[in-house]
Amino acid sequence: MAERRLLWLGLALLALCGAFLAWQLRAPMGFILGLRAAKLGALVCVGAATGAATILFQTVAGNRLLTPGLVGFDALFVLLQTLLVAALGGVGVAMIPASVRFGVELVALAAASALLFGLLLRRDARDVTRMILTGIILGVLLRGLAEMVQRMMDPSDYAVVQQAMFASFGRVDPQQLAVAAVVLLAALAAALRMAPALDVAGLGRETARGLGLNHDRVVMVSLLLMAAMVSVSTALVGPITFLGLLTASLARQVTGTHRHAVLIPASAIIGALILVAGQFVFERLLGSQSALAVIVELFGGLLFLVLVLKRRRR
Amino acid sequence: MIEVSSLSYSAGSTPILHDISTTLERGGITALIGPNGAGKSTLLHCISGLEKPASGSVRIDGHDPFAVPHRQRARLVALLQQSPALVSRLKVRELVSFGRWPHHQGRPCPEDEAMVDRALTAFALTDLAGRTIDTLSGGQRQRAFIAMTYAQDTPWMLLDEPLNALDPRHARDLMARLHALSRDGSRSIVIVLHDINAAAGWADHIVAMKDGRIVAQDASASVLTEATLRDVFDTPFELLHHKGRPVVVAR
Repeated sequence: MAERRLLWLGLALLALCGAFLAWQLRAPMGFILGLRAAKLGALVCVGAATGAATILFQTVAGNRLLTPGLVGFDALFVLLQTLLVAALGGVGVAMIPASVRFGVELVALAAASALLFGLLLRRDARDVTRMILTGIILGVLLRGLAEMVQRMMDPSDYAVVQQAMFASFGRVDPQQLAVAAVVLLAALAAALRMAPALDVAGLGRETARGLGLNHDRVVMVSLLLMAAMVSVSTALVGPITFLGLLTASLARQVTGTHRHAVLIPASAIIGALILVAGQFVFERLLGSQSALAVIVELFGGLLFLVLVLKRRRR
Repeated sequence: MIEVSSLSYSAGSTPILHDISTTLERGGITALIGPNGAGKSTLLHCISGLEKPASGSVRIDGHDPFAVPHRQRARLVALLQQSPALVSRLKVRELVSFGRWPHHQGRPCPEDEAMVDRALTAFALTDLAGRTIDTLSGGQRQRAFIAMTYAQDTPWMLLDEPLNALDPRHARDLMARLHALSRDGSRSIVIVLHDINAAAGWADHIVAMKDGRIVAQDASASVLTEATLRDVFDTPFELLHHKGRPVVVAR
């Protein structure tokens, strides 16, 4: 039943991607197709990475309101990039090949997030309210730190950072996209391999440990995979805070299961669906260029409010 | 056999358990009784390897629960915890199936399914198997978690206040079920009870705790005296006998 719905989601995504590529295709076909394919690739990668990362994070945090974006996972990425530019200078960073730079950023983010969020999850895991607050404050702190470094840096260096900071699907470097896709696929495969362990982790730390799950290790591995996925999406287009909340909630609604073997791919596909469909509607049908990120944030933010209010009523 | 020797545990800087040494023999039901905050739950957590004691050691059938691999530990001892977290969209059958995780690690075989069926039958959950946990009443939920602990199929079952939220019928059914299990030799049961009469009626041994120490430990009849109970609970009790069974009444 849940698997069937997953199949339908996959087919819907394929159909949508076809439409995205073929809609009103004119000469020069090869050139336009190339442009569209790069954009489509970025949209799918970002949507899938955000969707899968959010499910992982919600499971290890034991909370359906948190997303990696909300607790500052992507802010951490922006901070790292800012520090990199501040240390090497805009020219220095530009001279590093995209794949090397991406690799360095990935490792740094994985290490930093494992440290930061590992501590956060271990200390506050029992107190959900405190964990949400700590997480959000941590996000604000990281954003503030990044901003402070940006204010102190050279204006031309700042321009390099600024480019990375705002969600935009307009410009995507094909080489970066290829690296991102490989990293994302590896992270997704690893996440799916540990899906049964994540199901157990979803029962809560105490019960999971009682069942003999090495809960701390599952949390650490999940954080590393999440770091990889968030790097993929943030490096490609910049931070989108609420997309994850939207996709994870929809994935749970649509599949009606707790099993990660279904939830993770479903959330990834829905993330890609939202972005591709949104971009298609805005760019092709409404002729507007950059409104997608804003609209996704708007609906995600509204959903967050609805979820918070619903929870309070219970 | 569970051997606890000079075990001490502190939560932060607050000492909870002081130098506890005891031996629990295999077979039968051992009840832990004592006032709130006596350290009963903490002792169960330490024994099952979930809370590391500050000092002292635990041996379950000769194994150190903190040294054996997590999976082996979970096949040796199962702990029913108080108020476990709830997962939405989780069906009763799926929850009980998680009890098999230490055995199959994500790849269930027909024996696992058979054990889940037995657990559902044993705790009168067959009719509820398709319901999601968050639609159940407190007592039904409690039974579902007990069934999960049972499905773990360990020689030792540690149950932290399993009678919570159970109506008299299901409380009696549960105690009778545990009694039967402990009699056929397959399970040894350690159970935290607040109802002293449940302990009086069903337990073979009683361990009475107070302020993080064991005050008395013996066969049920020896521990259930007016003097011991008054010492443990700081309140007077009267011990009656009804049809050959001890009945404890608070005065």
